[in-house]
Amino acid sequence: MRWLLLKDLQILRRSPLVTALLVVYPVAIAVLIGFALSRSPDEPRIAFLNEVPEEEQLNIGEQGEFDKVAAKEELCSRVECVDVSSRDEATAKVKDGEVLGALILPPDLLDKLQSLQTLNPEQPTVDVLVNEEDPVKGQIVDDRIQALVTEANLILSQQVSEQAGSYLDLLIGGGEFGLLGQSIEILGLERAGQILESIQAGLPKQDRIAVGQVVRFAQLARENLDLALPLLGAVAQPIEVEKEIVSGDSPSLDAFAIAVAATVTLMFVTVLLVAGSLALEREENAYPRLTRGLIGRTSLLAEKVVLGIVCSLVVTLVMLAGLELFLPLDWGRFPLWIPAIAVGGAGFAAFGAAIGGAAREVRASSLLAFMISLPIAFLSLVPSGTVSPTLFDVIEVAAALFPFAPALDAISGALDAAGPAIGLPLLHLAAITLAYGLLARLALRRFA
Amino acid sequence: MEAKGPESGTVAAAREREVVIEGRGLMKRFGEQVALRGVSFEAHRGELLAVIGPNGAGKTTLLSILAGIWRSDEGTVSRTPGEVGWIPQQAALYRRLTVQENLRLFAHLERVPDVGASVEEMLAQTALEERRADQVGALSGGNQQRINIAIGLLARPAVLLLDEPSAGLDPRQRERLWEFVIGLAGGGTTVIFSTHNIQEAERYGERLLVLADGERLFDGSPRELHETVAREAEGGAPGASAEDFEAAFVAFLHQRGH
Repeated sequence: MRWLLLKDLQILRRSPLVTALLVVYPVAIAVLIGFALSRSPDEPRIAFLNEVPEEEQLNIGEQGEFDKVAAKEELCSRVECVDVSSRDEATAKVKDGEVLGALILPPDLLDKLQSLQTLNPEQPTVDVLVNEEDPVKGQIVDDRIQALVTEANLILSQQVSEQAGSYLDLLIGGGEFGLLGQSIEILGLERAGQILESIQAGLPKQDRIAVGQVVRFAQLARENLDLALPLLGAVAQPIEVEKEIVSGDSPSLDAFAIAVAATVTLMFVTVLLVAGSLALEREENAYPRLTRGLIGRTSLLAEKVVLGIVCSLVVTLVMLAGLELFLPLDWGRFPLWIPAIAVGGAGFAAFGAAIGGAAREVRASSLLAFMISLPIAFLSLVPSGTVSPTLFDVIEVAAALFPFAPALDAISGALDAAGPAIGLPLLHLAAITLAYGLLARLALRRFA
Repeated sequence: MEAKGPESGTVAAAREREVVIEGRGLMKRFGEQVALRGVSFEAHRGELLAVIGPNGAGKTTLLSILAGIWRSDEGTVSRTPGEVGWIPQQAALYRRLTVQENLRLFAHLERVPDVGASVEEMLAQTALEERRADQVGALSGGNQQRINIAIGLLARPAVLLLDEPSAGLDPRQRERLWEFVIGLAGGGTTVIFSTHNIQEAERYGERLLVLADGERLFDGSPRELHETVAREAEGGAPGASAEDFEAAFVAFLHQRGH
């Protein structure tokens, strides 16, 4: 087996195109994934036009002026803001596809916001321009701007609620209130009650009863207004999310993306290499010569699986090293990477051997490997909840018959401590390796 | 049906030598198709045995069974696997490896005791020492066939099976190939080769085994076959003429329903 393995590696070395593909492909994948992950995906380009006169300010009671600069910075940290000077320019940029959409703050926005604190409130609005040529793009902009506006509404309502709360505090406890540049002393229900109680004893009986009623009212009002304070807080943020994970160990998004990239690379490199290498034995007419006593069919398959494992380890580690340039990897978990990649490689290699044995020709086996592997990879990435439960069950069963899903689990678990445990996926892969090894062995019966 | 004439001196001498490989009642089916129908034969040390017949006669099937690539459905083959070298019709070589790397690889797989010496010997025998570092894919068909044969000889087999060895070679390459093969037989190697070229079989085969539709029709020397064919031509077999051996041979096959 050693000599055949050396022979295959030598043939690889002599096949510059194949070798270049084996090296360039994972590096290209690494670079693409690296760029994709290192550049935030949450920053669509949005044209931003502020028509609100610069001197206008939004005052929210004692909270003071609304910080317009901070608000814009917050907005532009979520999207890539492209400042425009007119509606026409905003419209042109959206039409040209230079930006995904445009957000326009009309001149009367602050006036209308200010009116929310008066007895004649007006609904403030912002204008959004979207190019609906591409429904997906339009939906993305709608969702993103809707989320931003919802968040702005929440911040404003929190500030208004806080202001209302401070008024209630003043009403209950008393204190100073600023109005038109002058400070007014507010007595407050608490102190008013205390004053009335102190003078109550010296009053005639009739007046004492009347004052007692006022004291009780002040006490009741104070107690009930105390209850209003948390109610205002609840109105400001009526629903709060408390997340509880009931199923699945989810690695970080970056680690999962790296695991997907590594598994896809592992799959293509190993399946194509092993399928092609086995089919090549037949195309070179060497198979009958080898198997008429020089090497057993099972040993030949084992050699191809070992070839797949060796190449998959090298290529996947090269790819992960490439990704390290963009994203920090947990090299402390390196001892787990090796079994995950090696056993994953074995599963893919056995799968490739079955394809190579069935296809019997290098070109046919390459085509078959692509045609089978790609849909399986896509199927394995379908998340639950996106299709009907029955269909998802079918997909899960189908994915479990191929090495992609367990290899992805094993590599996810190996890369990230928050990922799934790798023991079960490794066992799954071992079973798949045996099953496909058996199928490949059966295919070799009609190989010569 | 089998025809046999008086034995020539060469064949008689060969038959006195040790039998190194023997097939008895060999049957092989591929699904509904019967490729061999109870073929029996034997070959002796240093003999050049040509297996001839039209396409689909069962020549490759017979050689593949003798080589141990396929198992016969019925019948037996007496031979020691290690003592049989097999040269497939199409060169079984790795085209991206050099001449020397191919020889070294198969020498290791054959567990040849002294790999280096065996490789050098084969390079010398095939006169390809100067092309040892060339990738096989860059060599001519004739040179590839010589390496193909050299690989079959690495384990120094007592019997060499060649499946249509001259197919695809030009006349000069064929000539050099047969010189090489005759030299091997002269050294005591039994050579069994298949061909559908009747002139080639007649010229290089000491003995001919004629197959058609999986049946053995004739086993004897070329002269015996000549005589049989001529006898049938004189007997008025349609299309047969003693002067045109190939036409007479075709008539011989036709006469037997093939």
